[in-house]
Amino acid sequence: MTIRAQIGMVLNLDKCIGCHTCSITCKNVWTSRGGVEYAWFNNVESKPGVGYPRNWEDQSEWKGGWELTKGGKLKPKIGGKMGVLSNIFANPDLPLIDDYYEPFTYEYDHLKSAKESKTVPTARMKSAITGKLKEKPDWGVNWEEILGGEFEKRSKDYNFADVEKEIYGEFENTFMMYLPRLCEHCLNPSCVASCPSGAIYKREEDGIVLIDQDKCRGWRMCVSGCPYKKIYFNWQSGKSEKCTFCYPRIEAGEPTVCSETCVGRIRYLGVLLYDSDKIEEAASAKDEKDLYQSQCDLFLDPNDPEVIERALADGVPQSWIEGAQNSPVYKMAMDWKIAFPLHPEYRTLPMVWYVPPLSPIQSAAEAGKLDQDGMIPDVRSLRIPNKYLANMLTAGDEAPIISALERMIAMRVYMRGKTVNGVEDPAVLEQVGMSKEQMDEMYQLMAIADYEDRFVIPTNHREYAGDGPFDQEIAFSARSECGFSFGNDSNTGSKAKTNLFGTQTHANTLSGTPRKPSGGS
Amino acid sequence: MAEYINEFLFGIYPYIAIVVMVGGSILRYDQNQYSWKADSSQLLHSKGLRLGSNLFHVGIILLFFGHLVGLLTPHFVYEPFITTGQKQLLAMTAGGIFGTMAFFGMVILIWRRTTQDRVRATTKFMDMAILLILFVQLILGMLTIPVSAQHLDGSSMVALAEWAQHIVTFRGGAAEFIMEEALIFKLHIFLGLTIFLLFPFTRLVHMFSVPIKYLLRSGYQIVRKRG
Repeated sequence: MTIRAQIGMVLNLDKCIGCHTCSITCKNVWTSRGGVEYAWFNNVESKPGVGYPRNWEDQSEWKGGWELTKGGKLKPKIGGKMGVLSNIFANPDLPLIDDYYEPFTYEYDHLKSAKESKTVPTARMKSAITGKLKEKPDWGVNWEEILGGEFEKRSKDYNFADVEKEIYGEFENTFMMYLPRLCEHCLNPSCVASCPSGAIYKREEDGIVLIDQDKCRGWRMCVSGCPYKKIYFNWQSGKSEKCTFCYPRIEAGEPTVCSETCVGRIRYLGVLLYDSDKIEEAASAKDEKDLYQSQCDLFLDPNDPEVIERALADGVPQSWIEGAQNSPVYKMAMDWKIAFPLHPEYRTLPMVWYVPPLSPIQSAAEAGKLDQDGMIPDVRSLRIPNKYLANMLTAGDEAPIISALERMIAMRVYMRGKTVNGVEDPAVLEQVGMSKEQMDEMYQLMAIADYEDRFVIPTNHREYAGDGPFDQEIAFSARSECGFSFGNDSNTGSKAKTNLFGTQTHANTLSGTPRKPSGGS
Repeated sequence: MAEYINEFLFGIYPYIAIVVMVGGSILRYDQNQYSWKADSSQLLHSKGLRLGSNLFHVGIILLFFGHLVGLLTPHFVYEPFITTGQKQLLAMTAGGIFGTMAFFGMVILIWRRTTQDRVRATTKFMDMAILLILFVQLILGMLTIPVSAQHLDGSSMVALAEWAQHIVTFRGGAAEFIMEEALIFKLHIFLGLTIFLLFPFTRLVHMFSVPIKYLLRSGYQIVRKRG
């Protein structure tokens, strides 16, 4: 057993109002540069719909994620190493920019330079790539917003597998939900696996998956490898870019920009401890429906003294263990089982989890005929089909989704009883198998959702990156690295150990053991 | 005068070209690795790319290794197995086949780059320049085939090989081997050396990053401590 820690995220879809604030703040910080205008590290999709890029969920088209070989071994769906290299001159599984959308701007200048005319001048649409005028946009990141477009097109949604979908095209039976998406920072990332240059890596200390921009050679295999299509090829720089999980903020103990600015307060960040030796085994579960459970089995109880001892020995800092003990993500995913990984069948073991949304009771119109299952209305009569949610979150297994929805309804019934009628009904708790304390805590975290309860992020000091839990040498050399730094390190980001034109011989002289730079700064 | 020009172009220029290529590449890698990339335009336009890019790359890689082995293998190494005349025929045939592959590939690539809006809009000067230079070089190379066909004794080929081997082993008098050869060979060699010279300033640098290491990576995953 080797214990590693990761910052995970939970999104409570039950509270997402689809305002796109997360997408906009993310874009303003990360992708408002040339070549990535079309890229949204975070986007919010209206479901059902085929999403962005078009039909991304359907891996029979895009070949993202992993598959099991006949021998039960994991292999990237785009092909093994030889397969990837043989496609390097032209990648047959690469989406075209039109599958995202052609970035555009408007002819603003025309508004002030147009000659006098009877009609008001307009700013026409222009392609940001070619500068050519376009009549109108024909596809985009948010094309299907709030069920935009015909049902027939949206019903190509992959999550309709095994669902009799025709009736959901009828006005009376229609349903929708929002799905905010970002990089999943997977435990078994297929982007890392498909990068021929080895430029993509998972950070040991916090699990964030990053692309080394200096090492990326633009072979563009990661774009295909990622089943969530959350790696974007910058057509200006020729390098791939992806969500960074706002690592500079996370390191400082602050939430990601998307989480910080979420007006619905649906996002949660917290530490999970897991056994990194079992990743391959967990991702190799034969039956896709077992993948949700096998991923849960990876996570370790942060209150177990043996786990704590082992984690400390493996270099997890004490503050991270405390973070794991207070982690809202652990509570929602593991204690209460109300949050699920997005598309576990891709076998990447994603680490951004989702609480499925409740929806109105379908038969409520037939007054008085509500299906009651004890105190709690039957979740099978909710407007959003359980099977649809299960296809999205548990590879089609409805039981865990039903249990989660029941617990969420139970919370409402219980709290309503408590605050309106002044009755704490133990029968409700019993029905969903939760204790009073658990229910109170769940209410506090999900309904009240205070800032410090949602974001439990231990700071990630540079010195944690050393061999032990605390590397004094790194701490000392990191101490004065900003401002006056050696050479052009801070403006080029060059972290080379050697430099053609001479490098430092002493990184710091204050720690008691002057020594050569470690290569990291 | 003609002798001096010959000496400069085929005795001195090769070293200038190689030094700039090696030194320039090291500098670029060291100082501006962010610019070191394949610079694919597939995201913007993929029509014809699969055929064009594969034909071009496979053709040109085989041509490159054909030249490398053909020019630098010392005469005595292949002599016991194959006569120079036979070797010349082999070179002409292989070069003809791979050259044709690369030719059709490049026609597609040049078509995309010159006529397709998105690719044209994102083409940098050096992208276009190196593509056209490679194309001209390929045509020059193909044109040597009929010239070679006029004397099948392999003497020209041996002279060119001697030149190349003298250059890479730092022996004097290399240029003299070229002096009497047909103009088409001289042009082909000169342009080839110019491609070496331009190498570090173009996207060609990506060929130094052939991801062989990928095949040697144990497993698929990479976990790294914070840098």
